Order: sequence, then C-alpha cells, then structure tokens
Amino acid sequence: MSRQQLAVQQARRSFQTGRTKPLEFRIQQLRGLQSFIQERQGHIKDALQKDLGKSERASELYDILVVESEIKLSMTKLAEWAAPRPVEKNLFTITDEVYVKPEPLGVVLIIGPWNYPWSLTLLPLVGAIAAGNAVIVKPSEISSHSSKVMKELLPLYLDKDLYQVVEGGVPETQELLKQRFDHIFYTGSTTVGKLVMEAAARYLTPVTLELGGKSPCYIDKNCDISTACRRITWAKFINCGQTCIAPDFLLCEPSIQNRVVEEIKKSIKKFYPDSPNSSEDYGRIINQRQFKRLMGLMEGCTVALGGDADEAKGYIGPTVLKNVTAESKVMQEEIFGPLLPIISVDGVEEAIQFINEREKPLVLYVFSYDDKLIKKVIAETSSGAVVANDCVVHFLDSALPFGGVGHSGMGRYRGRHTFDQLSNLRSCMIKKLTMEGFNSMRYPPHTDRKVSWARRALLTRFNIRRLQNLVILAILTGLAAFVVQRFLHSS
Amino acid sequence: MERQVLQRAKEAFLSGRARPLEFRLQQLHALQRMITEKETEISTALKQDINRSQYDTPLLELIGIENEVKLAIEKLAQWAAPRPVEKNLLTISDEVYIQPEPLGVVLIIGAWNYPWALTLLPLIGAIAAGNAAVVKPSELSECSSLLLRALLPRYLDKDLYPVVTGGVSETQQLLRLRFDHIFYTGGSTAAKLVMEAAARHLTPVTLELGGKSPCYIDKNCDVRTACRRITWGKFVNCGQTCIAPDYILCEPCIQGRVVECIRQTLLEFYGADPKCSPDYGRIINQRHFNRIMSLMEGYTPVVGGQSDSSQCYIAPTVLKDVPPHSRLMQEEIFGPVLPIVTVSDMDDAINFISEREKPLALYIFCSDKKAIKRMIEETTSGGVTVNDVMMHYTLSSLPFGGVGQSGMGRYHGKHTFDQLSHHRACLIRSLNMESVNLARYPPQDRRRARRARMALKSPLIDTSKRTLVWAIVATVLGVGLLITLMVILLIASGLNCTCWYWRGFYN
Repeated sequence: MSRQQLAVQQARRSFQTGRTKPLEFRIQQLRGLQSFIQERQGHIKDALQKDLGKSERASELYDILVVESEIKLSMTKLAEWAAPRPVEKNLFTITDEVYVKPEPLGVVLIIGPWNYPWSLTLLPLVGAIAAGNAVIVKPSEISSHSSKVMKELLPLYLDKDLYQVVEGGVPETQELLKQRFDHIFYTGSTTVGKLVMEAAARYLTPVTLELGGKSPCYIDKNCDISTACRRITWAKFINCGQTCIAPDFLLCEPSIQNRVVEEIKKSIKKFYPDSPNSSEDYGRIINQRQFKRLMGLMEGCTVALGGDADEAKGYIGPTVLKNVTAESKVMQEEIFGPLLPIISVDGVEEAIQFINEREKPLVLYVFSYDDKLIKKVIAETSSGAVVANDCVVHFLDSALPFGGVGHSGMGRYRGRHTFDQLSNLRSCMIKKLTMEGFNSMRYPPHTDRKVSWARRALLTRFNIRRLQNLVILAILTGLAAFVVQRFLHSS
Repeated sequence: MERQVLQRAKEAFLSGRARPLEFRLQQLHALQRMITEKETEISTALKQDINRSQYDTPLLELIGIENEVKLAIEKLAQWAAPRPVEKNLLTISDEVYIQPEPLGVVLIIGAWNYPWALTLLPLIGAIAAGNAAVVKPSELSECSSLLLRALLPRYLDKDLYPVVTGGVSETQQLLRLRFDHIFYTGGSTAAKLVMEAAARHLTPVTLELGGKSPCYIDKNCDVRTACRRITWGKFVNCGQTCIAPDYILCEPCIQGRVVECIRQTLLEFYGADPKCSPDYGRIINQRHFNRIMSLMEGYTPVVGGQSDSSQCYIAPTVLKDVPPHSRLMQEEIFGPVLPIVTVSDMDDAINFISEREKPLALYIFCSDKKAIKRMIEETTSGGVTVNDVMMHYTLSSLPFGGVGQSGMGRYHGKHTFDQLSHHRACLIRSLNMESVNLARYPPQDRRRARRARMALKSPLIDTSKRTLVWAIVATVLGVGLLITLMVILLIASGLNCTCWYWRGFYN
C-alpha cells in the first residue's frame, strides 16, 4: 500500500470513530491550530522569507493575520453554523419539524498553492475542521520550506490521524488523486484544475476549484488617477505579482496612459524609497522556471517602467509595459508576476467588449468616479468577483464568498461559506404517524374528486408568515380592545 | 447539429434578452400555460411511455411543476436582487453585496421515470436565473420526449431553450461541447461520464442520482400506518422513483406484521389483481423488466411475484429475510420489488446503513423522538423523512439532492435558482478616504503593521436594514422600560413629590 493510500485510510478510519462530531472537539482542534499560528510565527515567517523573499510584515499581513481571524470567527460562530437550520413550511408541513442539518462529508483533500502557502492552505483547513471532516493536506512542493515546516510542526498541534500533511510533487499528488475522497479543495492553475476534476469524477467526488486567469483592471479617465494607481500598484506588486487576484493587466484610454505610468512610477518610488531590489517589502520570484517564463513574456513589448532583473536573486523589478496588444505574448496567459501591461481602449464600451471576448476572470476591477459607469460594467460583464475603486481587498471580508466562475473556478469559500462548502446540507422532515386522513388524497384508487382536492390544496399558495402576522395582529387588537373596554368601564 | 443548437443558444444568451426580469417572467408564464393547456396530451404521452394513470400524472408531476413555476414567478424579483452581506471595519463605508447572475447556457439531461418534472423543474430554475438552456429529455420515455420537443418551442423562446432529442450518441455529442453548467438526473455510472466530460471544460455540475434508500421500521410504532405510507411510496410509478424506499430494515418480530400490512394496503390500493388497476404502472421497457426479474431469481415472494413480459408488468412484490449480500441488495432496484432485511435492533440498522454508500434518502418510522434524533445523528444521506416517505421532496424550501454516490448539488424552489446562478461578490469602494489605506502600503513599519492588524481582526457587523430597525426598536423599548421601572421605584418608595402633576395622577 502506498504512503498516500495509508494516510487516507488512516484519516477515514479516524473519521468513522465519530470523534469529530462533537463541537467541543472541533473547537479544541481550532484552538490547537490557533496555538500553532501564534507559537510558530517565527518558523512560518522564516519559511516564507526563504520561499518567496517575503518580509516579516508582509507574511504577517497576508499569510498569518487572515488565518488567525478566520479561526477566531469559526470558533465564535461554530455553534450557529452547525445548528439545524429551520426552513419555511407550507400548510401541509405546519405541524412537522423541518430543517436543514449540516453534517461532515468525511475525508477532505486540500491541495494548497505556492504563492500564499499558509493562508491558502490553512483557510480551507479551518473550514474543513469546523465542518467536522478529516483532512489530508497536500501543501505545494514548490514552496518547499513552507511545506516542510507544515509537515513537521502541524501534527504537533492537531489530531495526528484526522489531519495529516502529505508532502510531495507531481507523482505523489497523482497517487493521492487516485484515492477516494469526499471533497477535493484545489487552489492552483486552470490546467491542473481540469485534471483534479477528472480524477474526482471517478468517484463522483465534489470539488472546489480556486483557479486564476487574467483579472482585468479598467481605469476610467474620469477618476482620481493618482489614488487609483497607488491602489493598483500596491495590489499588483504584493508578493511580486504572484497573487491570483492581482490586477493582471490595465485597460485605459490612450489619453491617460502616460499619466497612469507616471503615477505608478511615483507610487513605486514611495513604496520602495531606495529601490525595490533593496527593499525588504519587495518579494522574489518563486523559482527559476517562473523567472524564465516571466522574462519571456516581456518579449515584443515596450517597457515603460522597470524591466530590470537579476536571475541569481530571482528578482524582477516592478515593470509596466506599454503599447501592448491582444496578440502579445504577455496577453496569452496569466502573468502571475510583476509585469503590468497597459492596453489602450477607446472608452468603457470597448473595455467591456475586450473583457467579454475572454475567459471569465477571477476578479474584475474598475476605477471611476461615475457610479453609473461602474454599475454598467458590472451589469455587462461576468467574473468571480468585482471590486470598484480598489483591488484585492474583497478577500479580506470573510462574509463575501470568494471564488471564480468558468475557467477561474467553481465553488466558494471564506468564513461561513467554507463551512457550507465542506458540509453535507441534509434536508430533514420529521412527521408524525397521526393525521393519516390528510394523506388519503394521494392514495389509490384515484378519483376525480381526490385529485381536484389535491390540486386545490397544493396549488393555493399560503404565505405562512403573513398568516402568522395576521394572527398576532388579531390577538393584539383583541387585547387592546379588552384593555380599552376595562378602562372605559372603570372610569 | 448539436453544436449549431448550442451556438444559437449561446448567441441568444449573449444578445442579453434573457437578462431582464420581465422576459424571464414572461417565459415562466408561458411554461405555466403549457402545463395547464396541454395536460391531456402530457397524460397520454405518459400513459404510452410508462402506463401512468391519468390521476398520477397531475399528482406526481404536473402539480409539482405548477407549484414551482408559481413560486418562481412570485419570488423572482426577490431572488434576483442584490443580497447585502455583513461588513467589517475595513468595508464599513462600502457597498458590499452578492449579485446573482446568469451562468450562460445550461445543459439539462432529464430522466425517464418522471420525464416532465425532472426535466422542467431544472428548466424553471434555469429560466428564472436568466440562463439559456439546452434540454435533452430521456429517449427511454420516447413519447414524452417527442411531445416536449413539439411543445416547448411553441411556448418558449426557440433559440434560448431548444430541445434536443436522441439517444446515447447524441448525448455524447452534447457532452463534448462546452456548457456553463450541466444538470444531470440519472444513474451513477453515466454520471461519472458526465462529470468527466464536464471536467474537460471546467463546467460545474449538478448530479441528481440514486442509490438504495433504506427504510427502517421500529418495532414500537404504528406499523399499520407506516406500512400504508411505505406501500404508497414504493409502488407509485411501479417503483421507478429515485427516492422510493428501496428496502425495509426491521426486527424479525415484526416482519410478519409488516408483510401483512403491506398485503392489506395493496388490496386497498390496487384491488386483488393490480394488473387490472388503472392506477398501477408498468416497467418502462424490456431491458429493465428483465433486469428486475433477474434480481428476484432464487427468491420466493411472500406477496406478489407475478409478471407478464408482454406488458412489462411486475406485480407489487415483497420478499422477506433477504440476505444482506444478495444481488438484490447490491444495486438500486428501481422497480416494484420490496426486500425486507432483518436487523437485531436500531444499532444494527444504523451499522447496516453506514456500511453502504450514502443514500439519496433515508426513511425512519419510529415514535421515539430520542431514537429518531440518534438515528439521524449516526447516519448520513441526501435527505431524511421520518414517519413518511418521499415528502421532503415536496417542500420547495428544503434543498433536494444527494451526497457521495447519490449525487451533488441541490435544487427545488430557490435552490434551483441559486444552483444555476453565479453568485458574484461585489465590493464598491470610493476613491476617497485614502488615509485609511495608508497602513497597508510599504514601506511597512511597526505602526502601520499595528493598524493593519487591528483592521484585519475586526469582527463582522450586520448592517442590513432589518438589523438596524430591530436595534432601534430594542433600544427604544429598553430605554422606555428603564424609565418606567425608575418611575415605579420612585412612586413605590413613597416619594412625597410636591409636583402637581403627580398629585393629579394620584387623584
């Protein structure tokens, strides 16, 4: 039996003991995860520095804090999320108990990415634990230091059998995907996403795919270009552009293109006063392969800003490319790096058309003062999410469901959505063995009268809530009348 | 041919005409008219397909469809409206909501056992959500399939909602194409092929499958009523229902009683010879007839067992003391054969159920509330109905669907709308208040980090109108009560107030 098979078998056996069912157990595990984050911050930051050249502060902001806050939210809300959810009844079910009961699915496989190896692997883990599942965590081998730390230290804080970390590269992942899971949560690229879903189909395993794509960013000429560019610059160059929701490329009218480049230049100067190369806040490209790929993408474009690189250090400076066309190499794939192409469009109509001709992106950004224009862009395009006048921050509101559509993914997570995504929402109807008279209209032998009765009963729409409100109003009126009458009597 | 149909549907969708709610309502009204005007034709088609009685058609399919259409028409504006979301400190001054949007072109592959309900219910949701839909009814229910192809274009937009008929090869052709969602109702084997095909285009799927839905009868319950309800659920549509109770689990001491009650009920429902009853159906075709007959091989039925291959008729049949590992217990029966498997007690029943694939539905007949809760706790399934069968299907507020091998995704009522929509997260900020953002920009220092930390750790705040109104009402009431309490205390403490107002009050 392979290592992967053994791990899954162990996780499943542990799940079947039923010990993840009690909420206290899940909260205890979440607390364990919280301790892990708090006590091992040093290790995590160190690993991120080695993997991606991330500064301590950046690690805290983008990998650690968001997980901490998610754990806290889950612990606070778990009782509410896991409780049976009553649903609206109709006249026939008025005396029945009707609710939706969230239940664990079983063994969940979480395949994490390398760009935010902690947050994008642990956030789904938090939801999986909260939902009462067992989990196999497969961190990305490309962020090897983070993967190693996760493998060594996580088992010290969580139940060793229920939540296992399985390391490895492509062959190990393929072996894992041959096993049977109850849900697969994959964060990564579109190409691999297809393979994951194909593997899942063999067992009819539901999947959540958090993929990527080219997230467009439209800058209207009627907006505060300085602020817009500052926000875009920040979002684009976090983690050296290696963010699935980074603005991939800009769309704007030729008349403001130079201004945009100027403002980005100013922001870069402000963010990295000496130079991005020597700033601890500017990251590095994850490995040689990605570095070479990115350098190749710049071919054929005019570099308006940046373009400097240092292969030995895996450094590519913040780069803006001008006069980019739809056919340019840089527009054929998700950039996932610090290259920001600007494409000229003649206004919002052309921008919308450009966006709609392509695959639905994970997120769409639009910058404008004009509310109507923003609403128009939203109405005439589609994307996983849309943010107006800022970038990336929608990920930070855990009440917003995060996910893609079409090639940018399927399924949603964050906060309660992860819990729901990794649960079986079981519909329950508890009836009584009395009142059999009501059922007679459904039993054969059928007659015209029975059916017309059934038709009348089932098709008359009763708004239960309105009925209840009427009853309450009637009682209150009665009470009021009674009080007034007594008052009149006494006086 | 299929490619052209999809192309036309896609173009029609991209034209944007399915977007406005008025259009969707108009289409839904038309669908409603089709169901009411063509009831007779639909009944005839079903009689030819599966010998469905003229009463069972409205009862089992048409009333349900009408209900769903009416609900969709009534609630569409509410379902399609932006849904506000809780905010945190970071987003408190922003517009934050989820906007349901159409996905594009949905492929609906229907089933043959309820060819109208199982094809039109998803279609209603698809129309309501603003999608185009390619409808592929099952070729096994041939008359219904051809009738649907003739009728639908007469009532609905021809390009947006085309019907494609055909068999396996046409379905395979369709599955090679790229859709924005595939809604499949049928068996698990074909479902795996559907999901594999969908994976090639990263198309999300809803799979409404089946399995063996267990039915546990506790010895301490009203066995007579339980058996009547089970008999109805099992033999309606000649057992060809995905949520029919597949087999019974009960203790040996009541097995005899169960058999007797079922026998009695069958007499009440279908008379001495169900073959002559207009309310008893037939098996859909020879292949399934042979399949079900072979499942019964080697068993002596305690009830029924008669068959007539020329009519695809199998009498309502009950088998007792069926061994758990028999062939009959390995696949979904989908026919009028009801095996009884004995278990020693409820725990044994729970183990039996948990050892097998997760079923689409679980039925429990029991009067003990605690025992019911325990059984629900210790098992899993797509849905549960206690003390009846199939009824959780009829309440549209309950999300209907399977888990594991019994399927994925949920539908009915608003859930179909949600399943076939894209829930787009929208965050509208303003270009002002840049100072708030300063904490996140490099160069990072301790002070900025602290501010960012505070913002990121803030809790979620519900700023919806309803919460605001409640908050105000609660505050006013609270303050009012507090004042009243203080006044009462003052009066009770015998405060000799010289204020004329109070004197007046005493008098």
